[in-house]
Amino acid sequence: MFRFRLDGSSGVPPYLQLVHQVRQSLLLGYLRAGDRLPTVKEVAVDLAINPNTVVKAYRQLEHEGLAAGRPGQGTFITGTLAPPSARASEALRRSLERWLRDAADAGLSQEAITALIAAVRHDVAQEARQDSMEERTG
Amino acid sequence: MTHDLSVPALRADRLGKRYGRQWGLRDATFEIPAGSVVGLVGPNGAGKTTLLALTVGLLAPTEGQVAVFGEPSRAHTADTLARVSYLAQDHPLYRAFTVADMLRFGASMNPSWDRALAQGRMEALGIPLDRKIKALSGGQQAQVALTLALAKRAPLLALDEPVASLDPIARLEFMQDVMAAVADGGLTVVIASHVISELERFCDWLLVLTGGRLQVAGPVDDLLARHTLLTVPRQTPSAALPGASISRTDSDRHSTVLIAADPARMAAAQQPGWHADPVGFEQLVLAYLRRPPLGVSRAEVVAS
Repeated sequence: MFRFRLDGSSGVPPYLQLVHQVRQSLLLGYLRAGDRLPTVKEVAVDLAINPNTVVKAYRQLEHEGLAAGRPGQGTFITGTLAPPSARASEALRRSLERWLRDAADAGLSQEAITALIAAVRHDVAQEARQDSMEERTG
Repeated sequence: MTHDLSVPALRADRLGKRYGRQWGLRDATFEIPAGSVVGLVGPNGAGKTTLLALTVGLLAPTEGQVAVFGEPSRAHTADTLARVSYLAQDHPLYRAFTVADMLRFGASMNPSWDRALAQGRMEALGIPLDRKIKALSGGQQAQVALTLALAKRAPLLALDEPVASLDPIARLEFMQDVMAAVADGGLTVVIASHVISELERFCDWLLVLTGGRLQVAGPVDDLLARHTLLTVPRQTPSAALPGASISRTDSDRHSTVLIAADPARMAAAQQPGWHADPVGFEQLVLAYLRRPPLGVSRAEVVAS
């Protein structure tokens, strides 16, 4: 049976931690279509966590098409998450190597490179958040 | 335990309690759906115990009222007391009783007593039934009191600092039993606690009290979605921000402000040079705890 974990100090909301663990296990092949997830009560007792939080996580997984509830039987994994294709990641890796060499040639220190990457990641994530917000509200 | 889930478990309407000239609690208005697990947070003397005692019918309000499952709580009446299970901070027990006597007492006082649960917990915890209460360790006494509260099987369970005297493992084990009861359905829980970092995993509803006033009240998910941590240039006045400033930290060139603002309003108000980040549970609670107490209008900013 799949067992969840909870990190109380991670700052990530508990329901998202549960969703992330299922997604990650699908990517790694630890969970496969047809596997049954523990019942809401089993997770609530195992982790000493609010059952409503587990319900919310399972709803999110259903919404993403990764799991489905069968009345009287439990919640089952229905989807798969394919890892990014080898070709795509190879191309991305080459362009990142090129970029890192350019940054070093331009005189950026390792720390400056890390800070720049973090800043750009933050901005891109924020743009994506705003776009999805506009879709929902507009 | 079968209760109409559409009737709120708790409804307070301008609830207040005065001790002499001092208000222990004033103007508390909120409505909590059945099946919630409520975190009640505030510094010592903020009114947490007063609110719990009013709810369970141990105190009569000076102003307003509080209703439990639609029925106004009346101090010291049998039907109010039957609907709630209250575990006081000092978990009172009869010290000369044996554990078995204490459980028999619980069974005789409570028509819906869950004998299997009470005995099962004592067995699982290794607490001998023939031992006198006064011969138990502090942690074991707390466990007996918690067992009485759980086995009463009342639809509302009010816990005042329930785990303060337990070690971390015993705390977790107790909360596992509480969460199991919530999962079985029909149970609403209010937990007053100082351990904010632990509350996040238990609670889906939050009440923050300071100085006898409600600072913020609402479902945790809503509250987190309605608050943003905004980093802005230092000279930006709080009035120029798209919501009320709950806490503000000024550095030399920038300020970090926790504001109460709708996500849509927040997105529309974005300016170049501003950074918006989501707010965590502990951050949110601490911001409201540090805020000086003020009138009713404060709590309404978020509730509206």
